[in-house]
Amino acid sequence: MTSIPRDQWYVAAYSSEIREELFSRTICGEPILFWRTRSGQVTAVSDRCVHRRFPLSQAPSRLVADQVVCGYHGFTYGTDGKCVSVPGQTRIPRTARLRGYPLVEQDRFVWVFIGDPAKADASSIPRAPYLDSPDYTTVAGMEPLKARFSLLVDNLLDLSHETYLHGGYIGTPEVASTPITTEVDEEAGIVYVSRHMDDAECPPFYAKSTGLQGRIARWQDIEYSPPCLYKLHSRIAPVGSVPHSDGTDPDAFHVEVVYAITPETEHSTHDFWSVARDFALGDDEVSAFLAENNRTVVLQDVVALDVLEQVIATEPEGYQELSVNIDTGGLAARRMLQRLAAANQAPATAS
Amino acid sequence: MTGVPANRPMLSGERVHRIHWVLGTDRLRAVCHCTAEREWLLAHPVGHVPAAR
Repeated sequence: MTSIPRDQWYVAAYSSEIREELFSRTICGEPILFWRTRSGQVTAVSDRCVHRRFPLSQAPSRLVADQVVCGYHGFTYGTDGKCVSVPGQTRIPRTARLRGYPLVEQDRFVWVFIGDPAKADASSIPRAPYLDSPDYTTVAGMEPLKARFSLLVDNLLDLSHETYLHGGYIGTPEVASTPITTEVDEEAGIVYVSRHMDDAECPPFYAKSTGLQGRIARWQDIEYSPPCLYKLHSRIAPVGSVPHSDGTDPDAFHVEVVYAITPETEHSTHDFWSVARDFALGDDEVSAFLAENNRTVVLQDVVALDVLEQVIATEPEGYQELSVNIDTGGLAARRMLQRLAAANQAPATAS
Repeated sequence: MTGVPANRPMLSGERVHRIHWVLGTDRLRAVCHCTAEREWLLAHPVGHVPAAR
């Protein structure tokens, strides 16, 4: 039984990755071919020729005037996936059509819908507007993870691991020792975890980027919209500073850390990460520092989770985990993911 | 209610339940959208074993 929820939107790529050339990525076990048409639209179809399943992203397959020509026998397809040319005959079989994927380009992400296209509702895609806002400067990357996506969800929903796995970067002693509040909105499909440290050490990640010295107020508010989009609203301010009652927060520095957690297969994941800040806008030095440090932190997680995947994949069944207070958010997320995954596996109609 | 919630409510939906880590304790206090409250420990109680299958 798969643990990957279907009938869901997933981030397949950054917009900047898709150009007027063939690009392939496997999403939830499905190889998908992307390209940007001459009019600027992104198209997503199955990356397997209907004839002998040759990958259409594989040379010598090629893109010719918004059509993809299979490099094996020359089957040619349009942007809608429909076959327009078959070698050696004029009749084109009616079933000669690549599966198309509903697609939305938004917030610098390319989202695809995995599942029944009739259920694709673009309005249900969670937003991360800072990634495409002139009020923020963003650095981003993507790391391949050889681990199931639920391990990354566990990791990101409990930031107390920062103290240990990321000590010296973003972890300080207070992260693991400050109580958290977990909020669960079943209707909206959101798990929200707040950890507000009102008097904390300033880790180098923030000291060097904001210039704040000494003790700080450090708030971490996690907003996870299962299955794919994770946002960490990070607020760094002088001790004692709180947002004003009108919602403005002029004394604080805000960093929006966004992850898109996209299963590649049952046992591997695309780990998209972005760090958007509302200070030092356009400052290349700060950008380079945050990009390098955040990537280092992400890679520390990658190493740990890759090991954990091997442990889980090779252990006998029935291992009993122990969960404690810090796991409240992670457990809420797991329950929501299990419900989403079970929803696709239930029979469509009662018999 | 024992203990003060450490953080102010952030979600505003009608069906939100909250789980507060009670400051200075190992206890969690859950508050349902219907206002029911319940307290529990997430860790395994000491001195029991898994049920026989």
